[in-house]
Amino acid sequence: MSILEYNGASIVAMKGKNCVAIASDKRLGIRFQTVSTDFQKIFPMGKKLYIGLPGLATDVMTFANELKFHTNLYQLQENRELTPKTFLSMVSNFLYKRRFGPYFVEPVIAGLDPTTDEPFIASTDLIGCPMVTDDFVVSGTCWSSCTVCVRLCTSLTRAQMSCSSASPSVS
Amino acid sequence: WYQRRVREAVVSTQSTGSSGINAEYGEYIQKNLKLYEMIHGYKLTPNAAANFSRKVLAKALRSNPYQVNLLLGGVEDCGTPSLYFMDYLASMTKEKFAAHGYGSFFILSTMDRYYKDDMTRDEALDLLKLCIKEVQSRFIVNLNSFSVKFIGKEGITVLENIPGSGTVHKDVPREAIHPELISRA
Repeated sequence: MSILEYNGASIVAMKGKNCVAIASDKRLGIRFQTVSTDFQKIFPMGKKLYIGLPGLATDVMTFANELKFHTNLYQLQENRELTPKTFLSMVSNFLYKRRFGPYFVEPVIAGLDPTTDEPFIASTDLIGCPMVTDDFVVSGTCWSSCTVCVRLCTSLTRAQMSCSSASPSVS
Repeated sequence: WYQRRVREAVVSTQSTGSSGINAEYGEYIQKNLKLYEMIHGYKLTPNAAANFSRKVLAKALRSNPYQVNLLLGGVEDCGTPSLYFMDYLASMTKEKFAAHGYGSFFILSTMDRYYKDDMTRDEALDLLKLCIKEVQSRFIVNLNSFSVKFIGKEGITVLENIPGSGTVHKDVPREAIHPELISRA
């Protein structure tokens, strides 16, 4: 069992027309034993920006705290909210800083641009390689099965999904 | 294993290494919480204390990790209780009930079945005895005594020990139990 599968998590994010949806499970396990059914894995980093962090739970909490600290600092210094694209660069940078002793998280970013409301989804691997997509991103222990499910949803609904159809698709 | 009385909380730690390590961790947390109270003039809430403990564990994780699993329970001044489960890797959750170790595989199932949100202190003690009975019945290691501490608004009260030998499975004949274990109860 790899270290990324020790606690277990699945995160999926989808893009629709003028909207994004992000969803996660709430299980915290230790190998196969379930310890908690209420563990937060999606963290708000702005009014319209969320990051989902699957992976090792201790790094999920540590990394989320570190990101929140730096986004708050950015907002105080720049007097504006982070755009999702800039946030992706920030996440990528922080992960690569620990290239040879990484945080065991593979984040998924979903948000709307604070000014233009343009939807944005992206994900990175544990050392910060960014990937911006047009339809959906999945991350976590069930990524292979999730990818199949989500591809099925997106082929059914195409890219013109409104907000109301995006959420049921994600769940 | 090792218990440290930390303000209105009990940090109970269980170590896979030498007990010197978790004694050091428990004392470090205890003294830092006391220091905070001295500097600021008020006690840390259990939530803050738990997050502080997590931070200490997480910071040490990638250089000199503490091999301690812990359960941190506390009651705020207004009476709201909280229980925090923390792994040796510093993953933390707030739980209604929690357990560490091999016994947790049995105890969590028992608690899932019988735990209620509005339990009284006596009901909780009965549930605890049921969990111990379960462990004595199913767990391969024989444990002869369990210490119990109750954390309430008034502080920490030490209750009397729950004996292990009296809770052996009912089908085990008395002759099979070591005489010293029976006399110790």
